[in-house]
Amino acid sequence: MRKPEFVYVTYIETTPEKLWQALTSSEFSRRYWFNTELQSDFKVGSPFALVMNGTTTDVGEIVEADPPRRLSYTFHHVLNEQARKEPPTKVVFNLERHGNLVKLTLIHENFAEGSKLLDGISKGWPAILSGLKSLLESGTALAIPIAALGIEGME
Amino acid sequence: MNIDDFKPATVYTIYIASTPEKVWEALTSAALSRKYFFGNAVEVDLKIGGAYIVHTPDGSLHISGEVIECDPPRKLTVTFNVNWPALIEKLGPTLVTYEIEPAGDAVRLTMTEAHDRPLGDDILSGGRQGWPAILSSLKSLLETGHAPVIRMQPPQQMLEALKKLGIATP
Repeated sequence: MRKPEFVYVTYIETTPEKLWQALTSSEFSRRYWFNTELQSDFKVGSPFALVMNGTTTDVGEIVEADPPRRLSYTFHHVLNEQARKEPPTKVVFNLERHGNLVKLTLIHENFAEGSKLLDGISKGWPAILSGLKSLLESGTALAIPIAALGIEGME
Repeated sequence: MNIDDFKPATVYTIYIASTPEKVWEALTSAALSRKYFFGNAVEVDLKIGGAYIVHTPDGSLHISGEVIECDPPRKLTVTFNVNWPALIEKLGPTLVTYEIEPAGDAVRLTMTEAHDRPLGDDILSGGRQGWPAILSSLKSLLETGHAPVIRMQPPQQMLEALKKLGIATP
């Protein structure tokens, strides 16, 4: 049986190049990703870290970087006591032109059975990617407090 | 029909810079749905037991159902039966629930497609392809005033699975 995963698709009125930049630049990510900084040079094999309000939440390594088509990194949560014991997972972004839009497919995979992290990221990604779409289309990200996501331990 | 028999098969959540009232209006208005729902017109009689009808741009009946739960502007549950001969007999009814909740200055819209029997991924691929496009366009419409037209064909894997079951598609 396939391991548990989270898949999310959204269509954004932008270009693959602009979307790639938004996925790899802290200038953008701070605005749509709950003030999270992306620390990486986004070269295959380079380290990757998410730093939220100055605190490292997740670390990993760049697995694939094919701008502006495909980006993948490993993802190991380091903050929550329970979730940090889980093995690293993998995040994949696919960017495809779809008419005048870009279809963004996120696949977050390789979760352990009964993963606590899976519940959290399943609630986090829709908010992050909704904010990303808003930012690219309207120039304004969404104002959602992280407590509104209903993630256990982040109320 | 007992809605407790229905289990979620596809869930899609999207956050929109809007109000619950405006999201509710977009989900229940023919004029707005034509812009974000592949040109389809949603007509709904907003009371329990009221009709839920979707017409395609050429005026033919695409989806027919009825209102099961109606709590504006928070929750709308409808049966959502695509009008293809033999579909409902073979696959059973489809239940769609929209939940609308405030989240900071935005709104969280959660769509749940549920069925009263297990269906394969091939059959479910139609909804899984369609919902992200429909709701992405709805979000753009409410945030920017412009709904991008997202063109797509039904997934081949779904058409083949329907054909095997003897369900004719247009």
